[in-house]
Amino acid sequence: MKFGVVIFPGSNCDYDTYWVLKEVFNQETVFLWHKDHSLQGIDCVVLPGGFSYGDYLRSGAIARFSPLMQEVREFAARGGLVLGICNGFQVLLELGLLPGAMLRNKNLKFLCQFVHLKISNARTPFTNQGREGQVLRIPIAHYDGNFYAPPETMEEIKKNNQIVLQYSTPAGNVTPEANVNGSLENIAGLINKQGNVLGMMPHPERASEAVLGSEDGQIIFQSIISWLS
Amino acid sequence: MKVRVLVSFKESVLDPQGQTVKNALHSLGYNFVKDVRQGKVFEIEVDDLPREQLKVKIPEMADKVLANPIIEKFEWEILD
Repeated sequence: MKFGVVIFPGSNCDYDTYWVLKEVFNQETVFLWHKDHSLQGIDCVVLPGGFSYGDYLRSGAIARFSPLMQEVREFAARGGLVLGICNGFQVLLELGLLPGAMLRNKNLKFLCQFVHLKISNARTPFTNQGREGQVLRIPIAHYDGNFYAPPETMEEIKKNNQIVLQYSTPAGNVTPEANVNGSLENIAGLINKQGNVLGMMPHPERASEAVLGSEDGQIIFQSIISWLS
Repeated sequence: MKVRVLVSFKESVLDPQGQTVKNALHSLGYNFVKDVRQGKVFEIEVDDLPREQLKVKIPEMADKVLANPIIEKFEWEILD
């Protein structure tokens, strides 16, 4: 099993993600430069968090045109697993691999804090080691995480059970108060219709070792490893 | 030749930055302000192309790159 972590100019969670996959989970992991044209035979590609191209124009808008992203698009079309974390989620939206778009957080603040997330769909390659309704404690760090999609798209998303993670209370209730950034349906993690591309605003790589305050993020990586095994 | 492209949020999308600007204007006494929508302006220097060609290329660029059609709309004009 081989993982690839993409590096864009401005990525800043690339090494954290690499560390977790390689050192915490002992998986073969390679870095992939955004200008490369090959995915090097990987089984899962991770688009890490950060500020690709300084978030110029819109978050993820420029990264989308990197040569490697065309490879990622084809990899996804073939059913390959793609995980976009934070800025990676924004890139997947701009790329059109996931439906919808990100608006600025409702309170216009950059939010950097632990949040609680309810697993709303545990039958995915990314959450199968968790159970539906389980609550994870994982940090977020973003300015543009206010998920929006037009009503007809939201209907599709709900019909296809594409909402995977939702901002919730510690008890797992999905309430307006728990909705830190104003996302529609408290969406924190969204999967594509085919079920092989997940975007999530929270950072599982920052919550995969006890010393960092939470190991709940491990569930995401464990699920992928178990799915690919 | 210069082209100006104006990108702004669709009416159906909330614009919290515009709201905040409106509130600031109200707090300064400009109470006649009813609503503010914030957008982006691109001033683009281009080759002297025939108008017909610009009419195809500029909206194409705006749709593909300058605006995210899910949340934003655009309008454009030739400046000189």
